[in-house]
Amino acid sequence: MKQSKLELLVGIFVVLGLAAIAYLTIKLGAGALVGGDTYEIEARFTNAGGLNSGSTVVVAGVTVGRVEGIRVDPVDFSAIATLRVMAGLKLPTDTMASIKTTGLIGDKYVLLSPGADETYLATGERITMTESSVDLESLIGKMAFGSVEKESPEEKPIP
Amino acid sequence: MADAATEPLLHVEGLHKRFGEHAVLAGASLDVPRGRLVTVLGRSGAGKSVFLKCLADVLQPDEGRICFDGRELKPGDAAVRAEFRRRCSFLFQSNALFDSLTALENVALPLEQTTDLSDKEITERSLEALRQLELDGHRDRYPGQMSGGMQKRLALARAIVTRPELVLFDEPTAGLDPLRRNAVFAMIAKYQRQFGFTAVVVTHDVPEALVASDRVALLDKGRMCFEGTPAEFSASSDGVVCDFRDSTDALGRTLAAIRRGEALQPEDS
Amino acid sequence: MLRIVGRHTLSIVHALGDFALFIGRSFRASVGSRKLGRRIVRAGFEQGARCLPVILIVGTFTGLVLGLQGYYVLNKFGSEGLLGTLVSLSLIREMGPVLAALMIVGQAGSALAAELGIQRNSEQIAALETMGVSSHAFLVAPRLIASLLVYPMQAALFVTVGLVGGSLSGSVLLGLESGTYWSAVERAVESQDVRECFAKAAVFGLLTIGLCAYHGFNAHRCRSATGAQAVSASTTRAVVQSCIIVLAADYVITSFLV
Repeated sequence: MKQSKLELLVGIFVVLGLAAIAYLTIKLGAGALVGGDTYEIEARFTNAGGLNSGSTVVVAGVTVGRVEGIRVDPVDFSAIATLRVMAGLKLPTDTMASIKTTGLIGDKYVLLSPGADETYLATGERITMTESSVDLESLIGKMAFGSVEKESPEEKPIP
Repeated sequence: MADAATEPLLHVEGLHKRFGEHAVLAGASLDVPRGRLVTVLGRSGAGKSVFLKCLADVLQPDEGRICFDGRELKPGDAAVRAEFRRRCSFLFQSNALFDSLTALENVALPLEQTTDLSDKEITERSLEALRQLELDGHRDRYPGQMSGGMQKRLALARAIVTRPELVLFDEPTAGLDPLRRNAVFAMIAKYQRQFGFTAVVVTHDVPEALVASDRVALLDKGRMCFEGTPAEFSASSDGVVCDFRDSTDALGRTLAAIRRGEALQPEDS
Repeated sequence: MLRIVGRHTLSIVHALGDFALFIGRSFRASVGSRKLGRRIVRAGFEQGARCLPVILIVGTFTGLVLGLQGYYVLNKFGSEGLLGTLVSLSLIREMGPVLAALMIVGQAGSALAAELGIQRNSEQIAALETMGVSSHAFLVAPRLIASLLVYPMQAALFVTVGLVGGSLSGSVLLGLESGTYWSAVERAVESQDVRECFAKAAVFGLLTIGLCAYHGFNAHRCRSATGAQAVSASTTRAVVQSCIIVLAADYVITSFLV
């Protein structure tokens, strides 16, 4: 085959290949957040089961950030999740964070429900009101033994 | 060390090569004087090709010494061997042309990969080599589209394009008709004089070899049983030499016997 | 008995070392080799453009099947919304690099082994060596370099058309909201997954093209056959071993990365 035709075909292939690589790395891999500035806040949960670093952070159904990491507080053994949120989004200090599930057994994500405070959370500040993962097993257990109560949010003030 | 002018360009001593149980070379030796055409004769399977491939560094001999221009080619000595390969060309019996490259690309390849010449110089020298072998009209054809004789000439063009000092020919006339055989020997002799390279030709074509070469050696049972000038070869009374040299006479005798209706004498060949 | 085990172990270790030397020598010899770029382009054509149709077709069908099967399974739990997660993670983490590598082995790897085997048979490789041209640099290195670049691209293309295939079967055939599917895809895939996909693909490329080149290049060393049969035997061996090594390496890489 002629070198020029060969180069043309290879060129077409490389353009397609690079486009696919770019699509995967930029659109999917890094998520929509890369490029924009972000800041970190923390949220304390009594139970962060099912939440991973990389889980999405959602406000009103829109992805606004990701869970950066989860660690255990050595003092009271609660879970502290670090959330990385888009810089443009100012969250009031009385924002509530809840761990939700997509579908019945789907991924866990953090839902932020902004409050009405005039002051906003700054980098590294901690969300005071949280709602932990719904423990499916204990819920089913309660149902089986007939002691289903209306689950109230486990609100916890900062110690 | 002997004087450079009289010292042989290639000196081979006691070459041994076995393939499994089968000893192909059992102490073959040869001296190739500078600027001469030396022919190594031998019947098929006598180990001629193996001998030549050991010289060309394609096969590794089990034992023995090969000296090129006064320096021994040792298996571990990469520098000397690289130097040898630069100054030596090998013409394969099968031509070993690159069938995915055109004639011009085939000839240009050794220059392109082993020299620092510019692309323009490479093309010029390659075209010159093609012209010398009357192939300049076929520069864009692939080896598969050429006749056997043209392929042979193309292989020779590729061998001489690097201007080697030593060219090793492995059965250059195998499978050619007598006219082409003559032409190939004439071509080798002509370019050997023209470019002044030293040539070692392995063949079993006795008459052509005797006319064209400066020296003749006969390989039999893994060693050289004769080494000398063509005149000495013709005059030799050695049994193996006679058998080989006078094979046509032997055929004549056999045929005469057949025509006379005698029982066929088993010829040892 | 123990001696047989020992002998086989030694021969395997010997072959592995020989293979590693073969790869290493090829890369080392390629330094400063002239017109290397041209030969890489040709190898890129063999492994890239010529394999593109089969990659696209197999990728689309893989996505379609994943979408279909995943939908029925997830439907039982009422979690059809996770279809994008299932399809994208299966494709990116495993199926993309593995199936793309297998397809290229089938198309380009077998051709490479046969080509080198014939070149060995017709003394073209010996001819290169007598000219003082490194056959490693001339024949093997461009293929290896091209494989490092081409395999990740092929894997990316495979994943991309696979995702489209998954969305086709999910949204067009089964009535899942297309937005649900794609948002699940975007949510599920991490940059770690994408990096893993490309790293796997590049490793598979080096291993498979290296193996195919190794077996073709050493067709003359085949003990069971000579001539054309040696070429066919070494081509078969190259393809079979490449397929095995893709799956074995996939397991090793996955267990190290996850």
